[in-house]
Amino acid sequence: MTDSIYIGLAGNPNCGKTTLFNELTGSNGYVGNWPGVTVERKQAEWRANSSVTFVDLPGIYSLSPYSPEEVVSRDYLINDRPTAIINLIDSTNLERSLYLTTQVLEAGRPVVVGLNMGDLLASHGDKIDVEALSRRLGVPVMQVSALRNENLDTLVNAAIEAGRAGVPAQGVKCFSPEVEQALEKIAGIIGGTCAPELVRWYSVKTFERDADYVKALGLSKGQLAQVEKAISAVEKERDDDADSIITSDRYEWIADVIAEVMVKAPKKLTTSQKIDKVVTSRALGIPIFILVMFLVYYIAISTVGTNATDWVNDNLFGDGWELFGMSMPSIPAAVEGWLTSIGASSITTSLVVDGVIGGVGSVLGFIPQMFVLFVLLCFLEDCGYMSRVAFVMDRVFRRFGLSGKSFIPMLVSSGCGVPGVLATNTIENEKDRRMTAMLTTMIPCGAKQPIIALVMGVLIGGTDAWWIAPMFYFLGVLSIIVSAIMLKKTKPFAGEPAPFLMELPEYHLPSLKSWWLHIWERVSAYIKKAGTIIFAAAVGIWVLSRFGWATWDGGTGAFGFLSDMPGAGDDYLDYSLLAAVGNGLGWIFAPLGCDYWQATASTISALIAKENLVSTFGALYGLGDAGEGDPAMWAGFAQMFTHGGVLHVGAMCAFVAFNMLDAPCFAAMGTIRRQMDDSKWFWFAIGYQCGFGWLVGLMINQFWELAVLGNFGFWAVVAFIVLAGMLFQLFRPMPDYDHTDDKVLSDLSAEVA
Amino acid sequence: MAGTEAKVRTLRDVPVGDSCTVSKLNGTGALKRRIMDMGLTKGTRLRVRKVAPLGDPVELSVRGYELSIRKYEADSIEVVDVRSDKD
Repeated sequence: MTDSIYIGLAGNPNCGKTTLFNELTGSNGYVGNWPGVTVERKQAEWRANSSVTFVDLPGIYSLSPYSPEEVVSRDYLINDRPTAIINLIDSTNLERSLYLTTQVLEAGRPVVVGLNMGDLLASHGDKIDVEALSRRLGVPVMQVSALRNENLDTLVNAAIEAGRAGVPAQGVKCFSPEVEQALEKIAGIIGGTCAPELVRWYSVKTFERDADYVKALGLSKGQLAQVEKAISAVEKERDDDADSIITSDRYEWIADVIAEVMVKAPKKLTTSQKIDKVVTSRALGIPIFILVMFLVYYIAISTVGTNATDWVNDNLFGDGWELFGMSMPSIPAAVEGWLTSIGASSITTSLVVDGVIGGVGSVLGFIPQMFVLFVLLCFLEDCGYMSRVAFVMDRVFRRFGLSGKSFIPMLVSSGCGVPGVLATNTIENEKDRRMTAMLTTMIPCGAKQPIIALVMGVLIGGTDAWWIAPMFYFLGVLSIIVSAIMLKKTKPFAGEPAPFLMELPEYHLPSLKSWWLHIWERVSAYIKKAGTIIFAAAVGIWVLSRFGWATWDGGTGAFGFLSDMPGAGDDYLDYSLLAAVGNGLGWIFAPLGCDYWQATASTISALIAKENLVSTFGALYGLGDAGEGDPAMWAGFAQMFTHGGVLHVGAMCAFVAFNMLDAPCFAAMGTIRRQMDDSKWFWFAIGYQCGFGWLVGLMINQFWELAVLGNFGFWAVVAFIVLAGMLFQLFRPMPDYDHTDDKVLSDLSAEVA
Repeated sequence: MAGTEAKVRTLRDVPVGDSCTVSKLNGTGALKRRIMDMGLTKGTRLRVRKVAPLGDPVELSVRGYELSIRKYEADSIEVVDVRSDKD
């Protein structure tokens, strides 16, 4: 009883697999990515018996070699050999679901089939003969309800039993006679080269000329020629290619099975179709979409979510709060008091209060807002509206090479980039997913608002100019569009546009429990990040800004904790390591017109949270807690860009633009790292963001200097070259990349093993 | 058969509300395989339900479910027997 059992959960998207997984495991398991791809991998132990581990495979329709989801799934089934497979099926979609089932049955593992959503099927008036279906598939079939936790234990026990017995599913003889004959011939040829239970799988995949598996077999030239002969004979007879023959035959066999096992009520419009008549109609589709998005934005970003986050930041981490008339101290104040009372040194107090609580707190403060946002988004996702959003918006996003599914991450990012990057999980295509994760943080998030307000103050001396904030959103959107078009023509993102065939699943109300688990999964990922990456980064920046050399008038010149050194003033930051780093890196920003160490230093501290840019300025100019709305702050900020009495607006805008577009805060960077799950891609993303931000800043500064002041120099020439380069990349035709299909071979006998 | 003699019709040209039968798939590689995997194989009867508000993609009813497909992809699917039956 001690050997561990692994059960793979396979099924179509929207078949209720996630609900099943959560019911069985409580979702306390491991959530990460499959190696090398940005596909989510979930694994957890069974609540009833911890020696049983469930591996939730991505929702897929087939086991073709084309999408990363399908490749990781089949690699898992064929190479990792789980003890058994549970194939969950949406009963209302039996025909298409069985298509995957016929393939799973060939994987040479014990299989148990669960028919989910039987109640929905019954409400349509349809009926499935479970026994007949089980007979046709040759494996146990049972009706379950993942939503109401009905029969799930029976299903798992059946899978364990099948796994213990170790009798693999035989696979169904679903192909037409001439194909079956060819498969038998192939099985004879490849017989000795693979495990006996996988002969069927390898025969079918060899017939399809699937490159991965043909290569794995390592057949001799003679064997390949024999196999090729058998395949091309069938292709000639059927006047079609092998791939199509296999697919058509599977569906034909399924049609035959359906005719036997399913009793269909006369067709009428389902509730889902009735809803869709309105929700995606030509006239109302867009207005409804705008209304839903406005509500999400209004609730999560403008009102409830922001209020909750502001309350946490201002009270819990700020000035203290009131509980039933009692005044409670804020967390930093309470901790500081406690540390002082136990006689902690000022270094310790500063580290804990300013470094850890200040840094991690500014990040944790976003949790209420994220929570509200995910309450709404998870609902929209679980009820089926998200695919309608993609349906409605696809036309817009396809123009610059993305799909309709990229809209949601960008909308969410206007609140916070962390959930925005996480929301890219719903994008099916991996290239689009990577690209969206890379670009979505260019949209100004909530923490960038104070920076925008600061610029507004400097430019027009007030915070009520309505047109400035939209300008920055416009900059963000434009940057995304320009980047997407340019990147699509580069090697990593180029190639055939991925097919965008998307199921529009039936609407249904998610259960409270699965809704909550879905929310928790997203929010907890963020909290974990705050506890690790952000903790380390906050301490790092604290060290940089608090330690340095006391080289001021009357200082000792020694290295140490600055505010404790004799004669330290409020401006001790000027002598810190951060200042040294700022000075050392200032040259990077010289072409942008802001090569002052303060600019660099505040850019660095803004990596903890973007609004730190403003507070760092306050500290650097000895303005204390002055906010972005304070005229003293505007003057300080303007002073940095003023030379000889002239305010260099171009340099200021360049600096702000760079800070809007460059690498986001550590929290968002950590999320990008998790989403990419590959350090090369992560550094590519961060490098691109910083590089693009720098180039945009360069152009803004140089063109302003030239147009307004008539200054022209080396960097202006560079700026023109950059502009020309960007325009070229934007408007040149799609370069011709290699179109050969390396997943399916064209002729086996030409393939030297 | 009526309607097939003049010019090859693709799914793109099928008006909303009409049904048709898939006669040939012209795509290659990932596109073709994905179209077939979603159940659009030779001989499949389907119905064009609606066009998205901005004119693309289109929504189909096929094998008992709703599928969204871009017009670009629909163009690689040849169809016959286009009929405007009300069901």
